[in-house]
Order: sequence, then structure tokens, then C-alpha cells
Amino acid sequence: MHIIDRRRDPGGKSLANRQRFIRRARALVRRAVREASAKRSIKDIEKGGDIVVPADGVHEPVLRRGSQGGKREYVLPGNKKYVQGDTIARPDEDGGGSGAGADGEGEDDFRFALSDDEFLDLFLEDLELPDLAKRQVLGVEETKPVRAGYRSSGPPATLSVVRTMRNSMLRRTALGRPRPEEIAALEAGIARLDDEGGHDEEVAKLREELDRKQRRMRLVPFIDPIDVRYRRYDQIPKPVARAVMFCLMDVSGSMDEHMKDLAKRFYSLLYLFLKRRYKRVDVVFIRHTHEAKEVDEETFFHSRESGGTVVSTALEEMARIVHDRYPATQWNIYAAQASDGDNLPMDNANTINLLKAAILPLCQYYAYLEVGHGREDKAGEASSLWRAYELVAGSEERLAMRKVSHRRDIYPVFRDLFAREGAKAEA
Amino acid sequence: MSNDKPAASKPKSRTASKPEAASSLLYTGSDWNFDTLGRIFDAVRRVGEVELGLDTYRTQIEVITSEQMLDAYSSVGMPLFYKHWSFGKDFARNQMMYNKGYQGLAYEIVINSDPCICYIMEENSATMQTLVLAHAAMGHNHFFKNNYVFRQWTDASGIADYLSFAKAYIAKCEERYGIEAVERLVDAAHALQSHGIHRYPGKRSMDLATEERREQERRAHGEALFNDLWRTVPKAKGKVPASKKKLEEDRRKAILKLPEENILYFLEKTAPRLAGWQREILRIIRLIAQYFYPQRQTKMMNEGCATWTHHRIMTRLHEQGQISDGAYLEFLHSHTSVVMQPDFNDRRYSGINPYALGFAMMQDIERISLTPTDEDRAWFPDIAGNGNPYGTLRDVWANFRDESVISQYLSPHLIRKMGLFQIVDDHDEDEMLVSAIHDERGYREVRRALARQYDVARRDPDIQVVDVDLAGDRRLELRHNVVDGVTLEEKDADKVLQHLADLWGYEVRLIEADDETTYAEHKAEPMRPFA
Repeated sequence: MHIIDRRRDPGGKSLANRQRFIRRARALVRRAVREASAKRSIKDIEKGGDIVVPADGVHEPVLRRGSQGGKREYVLPGNKKYVQGDTIARPDEDGGGSGAGADGEGEDDFRFALSDDEFLDLFLEDLELPDLAKRQVLGVEETKPVRAGYRSSGPPATLSVVRTMRNSMLRRTALGRPRPEEIAALEAGIARLDDEGGHDEEVAKLREELDRKQRRMRLVPFIDPIDVRYRRYDQIPKPVARAVMFCLMDVSGSMDEHMKDLAKRFYSLLYLFLKRRYKRVDVVFIRHTHEAKEVDEETFFHSRESGGTVVSTALEEMARIVHDRYPATQWNIYAAQASDGDNLPMDNANTINLLKAAILPLCQYYAYLEVGHGREDKAGEASSLWRAYELVAGSEERLAMRKVSHRRDIYPVFRDLFAREGAKAEA
Repeated sequence: MSNDKPAASKPKSRTASKPEAASSLLYTGSDWNFDTLGRIFDAVRRVGEVELGLDTYRTQIEVITSEQMLDAYSSVGMPLFYKHWSFGKDFARNQMMYNKGYQGLAYEIVINSDPCICYIMEENSATMQTLVLAHAAMGHNHFFKNNYVFRQWTDASGIADYLSFAKAYIAKCEERYGIEAVERLVDAAHALQSHGIHRYPGKRSMDLATEERREQERRAHGEALFNDLWRTVPKAKGKVPASKKKLEEDRRKAILKLPEENILYFLEKTAPRLAGWQREILRIIRLIAQYFYPQRQTKMMNEGCATWTHHRIMTRLHEQGQISDGAYLEFLHSHTSVVMQPDFNDRRYSGINPYALGFAMMQDIERISLTPTDEDRAWFPDIAGNGNPYGTLRDVWANFRDESVISQYLSPHLIRKMGLFQIVDDHDEDEMLVSAIHDERGYREVRRALARQYDVARRDPDIQVVDVDLAGDRRLELRHNVVDGVTLEEKDADKVLQHLADLWGYEVRLIEADDETTYAEHKAEPMRPFA
């Protein structure tokens, strides 16, 4: 007998199989993730959780005897009242009943838990994000190297000559390494006395002195490994700031559930994106009809208001909140507006002015999302709000606008932003 | 373990009067370390080998974490296994069940290999480790080494190497032919796994010496029987020669050795369009299924043997003062919950508990051997009162499997004790019939029925490849020999047949019939043939 301690062995043996399973059931899991994410709050979008997929999709068929028909016999334990010849009513067909369901695969659903990463990955995949963008959204925290003193080992490229030489000099001085000049002077002295002749005693003394110094020189090297110093760098995360994200949405009767769902996905993605870049992200929800109000997420997505549509009220509200709580000097401000494009025609001018004068100068990025069903996209029939924003968009690169009728259209709205981020990083 | 505390402190207070009591305890409290484990194993083995006469493989104990146990669960308990999504599915389910607390983990997993590998969990208390070692390292280990189905079908010393070969081979195929192609093949093979088993050991081909000896024996026999009179007996008129077509069919079947019930074997050898590596993968999966076949046949006995053994060993250790009263109570608590058998109308009932039935049968055999009643003497004249319970049990463990041990040794006493009764559910009748109960008229019938219930060959539907004309349309004909009118689960059967058609590469037809009726006919055309 011998005992082996396996506890230290690398774990996660089943991980590969698990990933294969998720890949196998990808379509099903994706649908389940989509349903789950629609039910979640924007801020919870990163959390993993239970996923239910229909068992049929991941079923492994085998040749087995059916559960119905034919003549079957069972032996059961615990008889108390039956005698031979008794008859018993058949239990409910689907109940599995007495003993029949012993090996039954009765479950209709297969339930398992997804980890945070898996959930997010599938969520992003569902939005049909290109890989590059996915990496940017999921990207690990960026760090930059910062000088942090010296260390005694490291790659040659980081050798600090100045520090190394300083150590070397200290040591040489402390240990009394003879300087080359001293030796040269001694040698010159010996040579001079030799030339003069007759100073044998003195010469012998000097030679002894020279020997001693030369030996000392060999013993105390010019540069010892203990002198060598390398520059040391610490990886510290890039300075992260705070960001606030304004979600503006038209909640008048013309916005239906499909549109709201698209808007929610857009907000979720923006939130994720910001979450990766800033340590702290606040989300402010402003909904508007003919008047605007700051609300919580639940109300934002789920309650209905009736009334007209005046977009400028929302912008005013946003400007007010920024002024009160999120000074632009301390916060990065992002705004995302979703609307079906309706606006009171006489409000358009006001809206543009507000946008140009008050909102855009504050924002890092302002996204306008026009949600629809994709049916009414006939050329030249842009909505009034769209036409109005187009005037601004020409001159302002911070404003991105897109028409979205399917969830796969959401990503391109980000493209401008990512492109700009990329350019900035290279500069 | 609060109830262990007094026991743990007892030796200290009594050191003066009874020093040996303190030293004879194997452990105190619930903590253990590798030394304790070694001492426990030695004590357990002493009881097992000396008193019970168990004969085991060498044991290798591996201590693992609960996480690793979860991993092991999901690859059928084997330490290394090829990769496939279905194991990931099991893992995902087990992980969730475990994390939510719906299901605990097994205390141990034991592998039929030489040396016999026992995985034990680090969370177990010292008592549980003792129990686990008695159960797995003694009970299961003895069973694996001695039971005839294991001896016949599995090669304990080779399995670890074979699995590592299988894993590497399949990984190499994935690299070369793509994960998707391999996965599809493994899917198909898994679907047919239950019909990739040889149920009878094949004929070994003979070496020349044996061949010659047999030839001589035959000739000697012929000479001994020689009688010239036979020459004079008028010959019968030649039989009507079978039709040419029939002859050809017979010849064809003979060449392919049809009918064949091992479908995977048949595909591996005969499927016209499979590539070499595909045949090899089919073979791997077939051989692994074959390795597990004895376990399916002996589930109840194997657990019965291990449970009875651990119960006996723990009791002996307690009697010898090697484990404390508290520890013994802890053991009993765990033991009784393992062998609990809920009644059929209990909400917890989910079939007959193999641990309960197995343990009860072993105890019953021991009782019959030691203190038989008249009834036992009438039913089991060969073992009743032979006074050698351990020998009797060892013999039972070596020479029976679930089905045969029940039909041989399930006693009326036990049938009464468990209140076993038989129900017949005939689809043509309105109600189910209680056809036999635990009384004089019913014992034999109940016993026969229960044995049938444990007969693996009867539980799996009997499906055979019956015909194929390789020179003609190559349609593969299969037949399900329907028993008692129970047909196959239709949806599943169609899916499996689709896999089969893809493997075979041509049309496949499965007929479900018994001698009188044809119940159903399934057909499948290859949709995405392999090759």
C-alpha cells in the first residue's frame, strides 16, 4: 500500500470537457443567455448564473426499451396490504410511477451554471461583435511600467550604469583598491631608481610595495557582481477615472418592447465598455416624453408614460444633473440616447442648440440610437430628429448616430468610438 | 465531532490505570494525517485478510479534494479519459447540484485496476476514512480480483495504460482530422455503446499442438466407434437441395458471422466506408464499454460485498478497542443511511437500493450458514449450517453475478423481511395485477422475477445485425427481438439509427418483431456519412 497526495495536482481537469459542452450547445446556450440578459439589470450583465437549456438539444440517444406498452413486471419492496391476485389502478402515465422511472431521463430541461466570463462571452457573441472589439471590451486592465528604484538582477537592457559604477567606486574606496595612477607612479619610481643605480634597498622596498598593490588590485576587482544594479519597474494600472453614463430614452407610446430591448442591449454594451475603462461607472437613467425625469432602472425600462415627445427636455435634465452632481472636470461623461426618431418639430432647433452648446462640449461621446423594426427604412424618409442631428454630426465627431433594427446593428455604433480610442492609443 | 470528544479525552484520564487502552486506539477525534491513514489501513487489512480471508490487489490510496472528486465523477470515475462534450455535460450538472447542495459527493471512488486505486476525499473524518478503506480497499478490491465476470472480461493491470493510449490516440485524431469530425464519430459510437459488448467470451484460436491433439482424439474416437455394418445401411434419399438463393444467403451470413449482436464490433470489422482511425476509435469505445460491462452485471453484489465487509471490519475494530464508541456511532449513522431501503410507496423510493439488498443478502447468507432454520435447511441444503460463513461468502462473491446470486440465494426469510412482491403491468389490462407476494406460493416467483430484473442481458433490448448483402445494395438489416411486447423508445431509436446509417454509409433498417408480430420498422439513410 502506498498513499499519494493528489491534492496539489492541477485542478480543472474537466474544464476542457465543459467548454466542449458549451460549444456544443452554443446556439441553445446563447438563446438562454439572451433571455436571461433581457431579464437582468444592466449592471448585473457581467454576472454568471443558472442557465436552462432544453434537454432535447443536448440529449444523447441510446437504444433502450420504451416506457409504454407491452407487458412488464416489477418487484417492489415494502408490501403491507396486498395479497396475490389484487389489482391496483395504474398510476398516472407520466408520473413514472412505481419503479418504472428508475432510469428515466424524465427531465425536460437541462440546468447548469455559467461562470461570469462564460456568460459575458456569450452575451457579446450574441451581439455579433467582431473579435477585435470583443477583446477591447473584455480587455484586461492596462498597465504601464513605472520606475521603482533598483534591483540586483534583471535583463541586461535595464542595467543602470550610473548606479553600478557608484557602487563599484564605493567598494573600491572602502576596500582600498589601488588606483592605476599609484601603480604607474610606483613603476616610474622603480624605473628611475634603477636607472640611477645604487638604491637597492629602496628599490626592493618599492618593489614590495608594488607587489602588494598589484595583488590588492587583483583581489579587489574593478566591478564586482555585487555592484551591479538594474533599473526596476513596477507595473501599475493606468490611471483610471470615473465615468458617468447617461441613458436617455423616449418612453412615449410609440416605443414598443422590441425597441426598448434594442436600447437596453445598447446600454448594456456601453456599460460594459465603460466598466473596463473606468474604475467607477455611474449610470443615470433619464426618460422623457414631453417632460423629462430621472428614474431608476426598473421604471426606466418597464413603466409606460403617455404624452408627446420633446427631446430637449431630456437634454436639459441631463445638463442640470451634470451641473449638480457630475462636474465635467472630474467625470468622464458618456451619453446614449435611444429614440424612435419622433420629436415635436418645433423643438428640433432648440434640441440642436442645446446639444451643440451645452451637451456635446461636456461629453466624451454621445451616441444617438434610432431604433426601429427595419421595415420603414425607405430612402429619404429619415425621421425629424435624425435630420436634425445630422446637421450636428457633420461637424462634431463626438456624436455617433445609427439606425438599429436588429441586435447585430448595435455594434457598429461603437465602431467610431473604438476607432477613435485606437487612434488615441497610437498617438 | 462533538461526540468524539469524551472518547478522545478518556485515555488521558485513565493512563495510570489502563495504559494499553490509550495506545490501542487507531486515532482519536476526527483529524487524520498520513501516519494515521497508514495505521488505519494496516488494521483494516489485518481484519480483512486474516479473519475474513480476503484476497486483494495491492492498494494505492490517493487523497483528493472535493473539486477533484467532482472531476473524477464526470469521467466515469476514471483517472484519465478522452475528451468529449458529454462528460462536460455531466460535469456541469454535477457541479451545479453540488454547489447548490442538492447532492453530496461520494466518499470514495475505487477503480478496478492493479494496483487498485482508491480515491478518498480530504474532507472525510478519520472514521469515514476507516470506513472508506474497509469498503473500497478491502471489499471492492476483493470483489474485483476474485469475481468471475471481472476475471473473464477485464484486465486490471492493463486498464490504466489502455486508457492513456485511448486518450492520446483520440487527441491525435482530433489534431489530424479536426475536433468536429472526431466528436461526431464519438457521438455515434456512444449512441451504440450499449450494443458494443460481447456477452459471451469468444472462442480462442488454438495453437498447433492443441489442434493436432484434437485431430488425434477425433480419429481415435472414430476408430473406437467403427463398425462395418454402417456401410450396409441404405442411404436416405438426398435431401431436396435448398434453393440457390437460400444457399447464397447462408453463405453470405456465414462469412460475416451473422447474426451479430455486437454492433460496434460489426461496424469496426465490416463497415465499408470507414477509415482506419475511425475503426480504431470505434474499437476504443467498444473496449471501454466492455470494461464496464462486469460492473453493470454485478452492481448489487459488488456493493453488497463491500458493504458487508466494511460493516464486519468496523465492528471487529470496535470490538478490539481500536476505534472509540463515538467513532463507531458515527460509522453506524453513515452505514444505516447507506443501506436504507424506502418502501415502494415512500416518496424517496427510486428503485431497489443495491446497497440495501446486497448487504441484506450477505447478512442472510451468513445467518443461514451459522444459525439456519428448518426452512433454510430445506431451501439451501448445501450451505445451511455449514458453520463457515466467510468461506461461503467468498465462494458466492467469486462465482456469481447479480442475476444468478438472486436466483440462487434470495431466501424466503429475506423476501418476507423486505416485503417483496411482484406486480405485472400488462398494457392490455385496465389495472395492474399483484401476481406474487412474500408467501409460500410466491417465493419462487418473486425470486425469479427479481433475478430477471437484474439480468443485464434482459434489460438491454436484444438487437442484432441479421443481414447485409455487401455485393448488392448493402442495406444493413437489424432485428430487435421484442420481449413481452416492449418496443424501443421511438425517438431515441430513430436518432441512434441515423448515427448507425452514417457509420455504415448505406441504408439501415431495424425491424422490431417477435415470433408472431412485427411491431415497428425504422429506417435511416445516411445524411452525413463518415469517410
